[in-house]
Amino acid sequence: MPVETIQLETDILILGGGAAGCYAAITLHEKAPEAKVLILEKANITRSGCLAAGVNALNAYIVPGKTPEFYVDYAKKDAHGIVREDLLLSMSKRLNKVTQHLEQFGLVILKDAEGNYVTRGNRNIKINGENIKPILAQAVAECPNVTVMNHVNAVDYIIKDNRIIGVFANAVLEEKLYVIRCKACICATGGAAGLYRPNNPGFSRHKMWYPPFNTGAGYAMGIRAGAEMTTFEMRFIALRCKDTIAPTGTLAQGVGAKQVNANGEVYEQKYGLTTSQRVYGTVMENREGRGPCYLRTKGITTEQADSLKRAYLNMAPSQTLKWLENGSSPDEENVEIEGTEPYIIGGHTASGYWVDSNRMSTIDGLFAAGDVAGGSPQKYVTGALAEGEIAAEAAVKYVNCKLEEIPDNYVKRQETVIRHYFTNTSLFTTEQLEEAMQGVMDRYAGGISTDYGFTESGLDIADQKIRRLIALSKNIPVSDMQELTRLFELKERLLVCRVVIAHLAERKETRWHCFAENLDHPEADDSWLHYVNSRYENGEIHMLHRELTGRYEAYEHTH
Amino acid sequence: MSIRIDREKCIGCGQCVEICPGTLIHTKEHKAFMRYPMECWGCVSCVKQCPVHAISLYLGADIGGAGSQMTVRKQENLLHWTVNRPDGTEEIITVDSRDANQY
Repeated sequence: MPVETIQLETDILILGGGAAGCYAAITLHEKAPEAKVLILEKANITRSGCLAAGVNALNAYIVPGKTPEFYVDYAKKDAHGIVREDLLLSMSKRLNKVTQHLEQFGLVILKDAEGNYVTRGNRNIKINGENIKPILAQAVAECPNVTVMNHVNAVDYIIKDNRIIGVFANAVLEEKLYVIRCKACICATGGAAGLYRPNNPGFSRHKMWYPPFNTGAGYAMGIRAGAEMTTFEMRFIALRCKDTIAPTGTLAQGVGAKQVNANGEVYEQKYGLTTSQRVYGTVMENREGRGPCYLRTKGITTEQADSLKRAYLNMAPSQTLKWLENGSSPDEENVEIEGTEPYIIGGHTASGYWVDSNRMSTIDGLFAAGDVAGGSPQKYVTGALAEGEIAAEAAVKYVNCKLEEIPDNYVKRQETVIRHYFTNTSLFTTEQLEEAMQGVMDRYAGGISTDYGFTESGLDIADQKIRRLIALSKNIPVSDMQELTRLFELKERLLVCRVVIAHLAERKETRWHCFAENLDHPEADDSWLHYVNSRYENGEIHMLHRELTGRYEAYEHTH
Repeated sequence: MSIRIDREKCIGCGQCVEICPGTLIHTKEHKAFMRYPMECWGCVSCVKQCPVHAISLYLGADIGGAGSQMTVRKQENLLHWTVNRPDGTEEIITVDSRDANQY
């Protein structure tokens, strides 16, 4: 199949038009209205990324009487100490400003009679976020210096002397290869779902909490380019409504539903209240024969139940469909909960690019924002926006740089790589290898089937098997650009899996139950109070350790 | 998790193809069809976007689905969400997009 090569250029290139990418573009319009900005989006920015279905609370907000430092303390405690406090603080300081901005764009936020935001707990405010993504997309459309290319998927950075000079991208629905020159690039492609066998591996395999279309592209591109990565061993496992894998915060925080076991006993206090401990408690209650576990909603008022049904329509409509289909209601029936398969996601835990205070990676001119950026968990929506803003402000400094030429042989090589997949032959398909990868990760690298636990011997097997799948993936044939995109997604996931395995093996302690349940080292060990980082060179992953960074220090790369 | 596209109602406008965050829907002979039904996330972007309400969401049997279908109709600020059960009964929940979640 002939694939046309198209050369483009821009000042600042943004990869991914989710929350962080959109807000980076809006910031660039404000700070550098003369700069040419291009967003590449794999789908369509009106409904792409984590917020496609909506969201019904902003979970990172500094409520009256609290400070940004309070938020840093919370995130540090939840991550059992392994966070970049400097990043969390600079993010926290911007949370309320970006929230006001969202309201100006048209987001509905619940207010009291005096016009103040109504809070949910110590860090959250309530919204109607069904249309948050169309609102952000509209705000981007009003920036005349920003161009959006939908259905274009970035696949590799072009690097010269450790500086980003461009990106290769494929159109998803047309036979086009793009070679895009840029002066700086903000990676905002999100985290990685689909590495592990999901809760429902059959027909509903994509009914997962994190978007199945976030395939770790930004991580994989960075890893291949030799960017330093951090904390991939701190996986994220969400506690969710069974079957629909819908969020539980609206039940737990909104109507105060407690976690109870099958005997009706509240068990959450027994195991601790951090995010990982809440998952662990549920695993343990099941393992010890007191499952299934539930959120105790029985006894809430009918009015509350009706309100919950409406609330879920604004973020996870399948949960409301489930209630209505069964003629059930949360005031009459507790909501069964389960842990999801592990995800790699820097917006909830701390996995991602190792960045400086400006969110620049270890590659000059390459920034990371949102779920793809490491060190700064509990970002949620507003934290992703704040990071988009910080990265964009720093990227402005590159607008006056010169565009570099992309050597012809780089382009020829990429054209050859793509052509090769259209003429490949193999017994296997992308789908088969994806299933195999998820099975390996589940069994040997701490998936649902082992209650998230792993051993070093198991990780060795996982590594060998993932390497074999990487070799097999080179021969998979494709018939069109969409199938090519799916193959690239598989390859991204396989590489992320290798890094996850290497990180899990490196941290010889169990700091976070479930998130990194190291059965060879089942206790926390404070000699591991440092970051575990990695860098990929010549096909091998090299591990390195870095000291914790204080919250008032500015962090600069020293390479 | 998946969607059902009613071929009779579909006008082949392609808006669902454009909006789906997984690019899972395609058109053939001027009608939309779900190319990858097992890859649907259930975000209902297409259900909201379809101008003729030809697309509905249903739960797979593996996650407890029993054949009900959900559609949504927009009327200015109101979203009328309708669940049609296989026994012919119907339930509608209307959400005003100007109202924030109370919980």
